[in-house]
Amino acid sequence: MGRYIVARLIQSIPVLILVSVISFGIMKLVPGDPATLIGGPSATPAELDVIRQNLGLDQPFHVQMWKFYAGLAQGDLGTSLLLGKPVLEATIERIPVSLSIALYSMVLTLLIGLACGVVAALNRNGWADQGAMIFALIGVSLPNFWLGLMLIILFSVHLGWLPTGGYVPWQESFYGWLRTSTMPAVSLALLQIGLLARITRSTMLEVLRQDYIRTARAKGLPEFVVIGKHAFKNVMIPVITVIGIIFSVLLSGSLVIESVFSVPGVGSLLGSAVLRRDYPMIQGGLLLVAWSLLLLNILVDVLYAYFDPRVRYDHGR
Amino acid sequence: MTTAVDAAAVAVRKRTFLQRYPVVRRLIRHKAFVVGAALFAIIVFVAVFADWITTADPNRMAIRFRFRPPGGEFLFGTDNLGRSIYARIVHGARLSLAIGLAVVVMNAVFGVALGAASGYFRRLDNVLMRVTDALMAFPPILLALGIAAALGPSSMTAAIALAAVYIPRTARIVRASVLVVREMEFVQAALAMGASNWRILRKHVLPNCMAPLIVQLTFVFAFAVVTEATLSFLGLGSPPPTPTWGNMIAEGRQYIRDAAWITLIPGLALATTVLSLNLLGDGLRDVLDPRLKISQD
Repeated sequence: MGRYIVARLIQSIPVLILVSVISFGIMKLVPGDPATLIGGPSATPAELDVIRQNLGLDQPFHVQMWKFYAGLAQGDLGTSLLLGKPVLEATIERIPVSLSIALYSMVLTLLIGLACGVVAALNRNGWADQGAMIFALIGVSLPNFWLGLMLIILFSVHLGWLPTGGYVPWQESFYGWLRTSTMPAVSLALLQIGLLARITRSTMLEVLRQDYIRTARAKGLPEFVVIGKHAFKNVMIPVITVIGIIFSVLLSGSLVIESVFSVPGVGSLLGSAVLRRDYPMIQGGLLLVAWSLLLLNILVDVLYAYFDPRVRYDHGR
Repeated sequence: MTTAVDAAAVAVRKRTFLQRYPVVRRLIRHKAFVVGAALFAIIVFVAVFADWITTADPNRMAIRFRFRPPGGEFLFGTDNLGRSIYARIVHGARLSLAIGLAVVVMNAVFGVALGAASGYFRRLDNVLMRVTDALMAFPPILLALGIAAALGPSSMTAAIALAAVYIPRTARIVRASVLVVREMEFVQAALAMGASNWRILRKHVLPNCMAPLIVQLTFVFAFAVVTEATLSFLGLGSPPPTPTWGNMIAEGRQYIRDAAWITLIPGLALATTVLSLNLLGDGLRDVLDPRLKISQD
């Protein structure tokens, strides 16, 4: 297992480097002079020179790249133009907000998605199956930012149950956190619930056809033991991989949802950076999010290998 | 003898279209596919004949008609500037589908080229796949936003950003198919007969990788339509007053308390388009690539 983890980490090094090159390169795609875009049409030549000096744009490309990597090695991703703070600090401050909503969404996704998938598989072609699959299909098709707005119309404007936006940390008030996080979490979760329900259903149907399930039933085991112990454990193996993907999608989807609900998380930070052309923030934010997701994927692979030893052996060959 | 051969030829000619193309027969028996295809055909019709379906200018402002609810003179109501939401929805369909199609075409060209090169020429595989791994490490919407922010907001930028996001995913799928097909006996036979790599790829390998590619491109279309709307919603797609569904939802957001239809109707149009493409994709996958079947069993 230890060898597998080390191999997986070594494999990811070129990808981590390439991700940093892409993050650096994207901001060099800017047509024309980025200083003009940042300073706006009213900026004087002297002001533009200051912006260029601050961003290091007056230096040759290779020097800019060298400085970028030298800063990276010291944990310095530059300073946000809008906030006047180091990018790393500004991002780390907001991680707990995004993470708490992503985790809430994850819990909703797992509870509802797995339940829908299992119920649909156990009642194959019945009304519960049709209903769960229609729900899943609608979930997959609704744009999450629009769903968020519809939830605001229903639960905030008409019913007045939940606030239209904002965020209360759970350390301050759990009830306040629940009130402010529920609509963003549901908007994020619905698409993932649909995906997970569909995958769980097909995996469950596959597992129910296996010989060991027939054997378990032939032994006279009660149905809930057959499903809960023998089938569900095996359903979870491919589902773990999907959960990794789902978590990364939840984190990235929060970018739009946080703007809709005015949640002060990493997503809204990057969203406002993009709109106001805060290039150091966009560059650093892209890199941090991509690296975090890569590490998350490695963690998922390790978990997968732990639950399914065949993966480790295949890898070793 | 001749008579028997003639009779067989007549029998073959008499076979109906559906008998000759069993894939088509299976597709029209797939309920989800039929519903998706019908819905999508209506949306394509609306997009193509937008100028005939509504003669109203989608950008014509009439302040005295602002905030008219759906019904009566204005089928879908009017927005905060008195523009007809019906006209904007119809013209918005054209732009959404055009961007979706552009992304699909770019994916079909570059995704197939990258995937085929990676799967067939093993020396290129490691380099190309590490690059796709790195691009896929970015969450799709974040990478699209980064590219759109760098290039500036426009329909063209949105299409390029979305293509860049999905090409690595398409390349991965094509590569996986090429890896399987290149080991098959008919490919080895062609190689032994002296066929060039280009000919083998074009005539033998790629035609056998079409099924998963078609399925993938259908889903790329759906993703592109949603992500383009998301970019427009965030102010990084086609700039206002271009009638895109994402722009309409963003503009209606301020009036959500008193004029919810401004946000509701473009969202429904968007959701219907994505639903139709998902149904189409599910049907195509079940029929063309049954190994990945998840919608019906």
